[in-house]
Amino acid sequence: MIKLSDTTKDLHTRYLSIMFGPSHPAMHGTIKMDVVLDGETLVEIDVDPGYLHRGFEKECEDHRWNQCVTYTDRLNYVSSIINNVCYSMAVEKLLGIEKQIPERALWLRMILSEVSRITDHLTCLAAMCMEVGGFTAFLYFVKIREWFYEVLENITGARVTYSWTRIGGVRWDAPEGFEEQLKEAVRKARPVLKEIHGLFDKNRIFLERTVKVGLISQENAIAYGITGPFLRSTGFNYDVRKAHPYLFYNDMDFEVPLGVNGDNYDRYYVRMLEMEQSMRIIEQALPKLPKGPVMIDDPRLALPEKEKVYTTIEGVINHLKLIFEDIYVPAGEVYSFVESPNGELGFYIISKGSNKPWKMRVHPPCFPIMQSLPEILKGLMIADIIPTFGGVNMIGGEMDR
Amino acid sequence: MSQVVLDKLKDRFQEAVLETHNRFGNETALIKRESLLEVMRFLKDELGFEMMMDLCGVDHLPETPRFEVVYHLKSFSRGYRVRIKVRIPEEDAMVDSVTPVWKGANWYERECFEFYGIRFKGHPDLRTLLLYPEFEGYPLRKDYPHKQRQPRIPLLNPETR
Repeated sequence: MIKLSDTTKDLHTRYLSIMFGPSHPAMHGTIKMDVVLDGETLVEIDVDPGYLHRGFEKECEDHRWNQCVTYTDRLNYVSSIINNVCYSMAVEKLLGIEKQIPERALWLRMILSEVSRITDHLTCLAAMCMEVGGFTAFLYFVKIREWFYEVLENITGARVTYSWTRIGGVRWDAPEGFEEQLKEAVRKARPVLKEIHGLFDKNRIFLERTVKVGLISQENAIAYGITGPFLRSTGFNYDVRKAHPYLFYNDMDFEVPLGVNGDNYDRYYVRMLEMEQSMRIIEQALPKLPKGPVMIDDPRLALPEKEKVYTTIEGVINHLKLIFEDIYVPAGEVYSFVESPNGELGFYIISKGSNKPWKMRVHPPCFPIMQSLPEILKGLMIADIIPTFGGVNMIGGEMDR
Repeated sequence: MSQVVLDKLKDRFQEAVLETHNRFGNETALIKRESLLEVMRFLKDELGFEMMMDLCGVDHLPETPRFEVVYHLKSFSRGYRVRIKVRIPEEDAMVDSVTPVWKGANWYERECFEFYGIRFKGHPDLRTLLLYPEFEGYPLRKDYPHKQRQPRIPLLNPETR
């Protein structure tokens, strides 16, 4: 605890408690921090989340399996596809069909996951850099993000909430020529990222705001349950894509960037390098993308083609069954996890054999990070909240569910 | 993959381990409520589970005991993953807090408390996290109606809700 200075008697100094948020411009994602200040020094911080709580779990328990895909979009809305993929993988495990998913669907899932990872890091860094005063970088980051958003829009038809995967595959195939568009986006993004490196890596103002600010030790990060770039910035090598490979990450050649100190600067740098690795994965995966169907060939899971619905009785019944009843998932419990841009995203799902999940628990990766913030920030200045909070990449939808 | 963890648990705490399975590669052990803290300490100190990845409650309404608390643990040094579950009866919805073992359990337990009404003995600061303190009832319990509203201010057109 920091002691008040000796000026108490003359100046009547006292602790000042203020509410940071929930609609403060720096508290993006709607969160409140109750802060107690001694001058500009933080004495006590109490993080108060929950302003975006929409009852995700309760809603999912009342909806059918395929309907829940649209809810998972609203978790981490900057990289929705990774949520879609993780949820679908979990249910496919419960159904025992993960070996029957067409290869093209899996490759597309992986490629779009990496595109989403890039857009997520870009959004996080854009906000972080803008808040420490670099508005130019914000525009650069958002410019790159736009190129990737265009690719996603071209494939999925939406810009934010894609709802693109289905249990058993993906909604539709990527259009012709998307490979060229994606390659072009990667080709254009590289020089801009290099420019941003030039703007920030040795920028005095940026360094003073971030280096050795928001420090967390490796032991502390593990004790809190932190994963993702936040943990890797302390130099701890844990990436789900390497530790428990899923999809085709085993065949990809990529590296896991690690930080040294575990401060804000390392988090910025780890994210910048991770984007480069994601682009490498995209470039390796695009030539390997096989041709073929993108949805499982199983009438209990896949909607029939419209032509069959209009011309055959089986098609009508099949369509009706899937729309009105949806799929029935055998009883069981599963925990399935992927590497989301913030860390390990996990779905713990319990089915009791009906067409609705009994329990749908999301393990949100930014939850433990927010929990550790009071300890990280204690003793720092009030201005240090902004880059530290920016580096957390708290997403309200995922945090509050 | 982590079957060895279950074997060691069964060796060490014979009758406290009620049930184990490893469906879908998720090794799971159902533990007696009384020996939870002891089991968790053993897992952390001797089997190297440094991280508590996730904690959540589950409501199995018609069954007894009604509630379940599920812990997902991860060991980096040995690469294990394990799921520990405890069953909790409705009349005495209370379980030992694991915050002394993993301090990251703090918020997860607060969340479980506000959504299921399960109390955690020894938790340093058991108050609401995502909901507001005035919220009545436990929303994730199966007997909490899905459509129930709790407006804090009078609605203009209550019948349209």
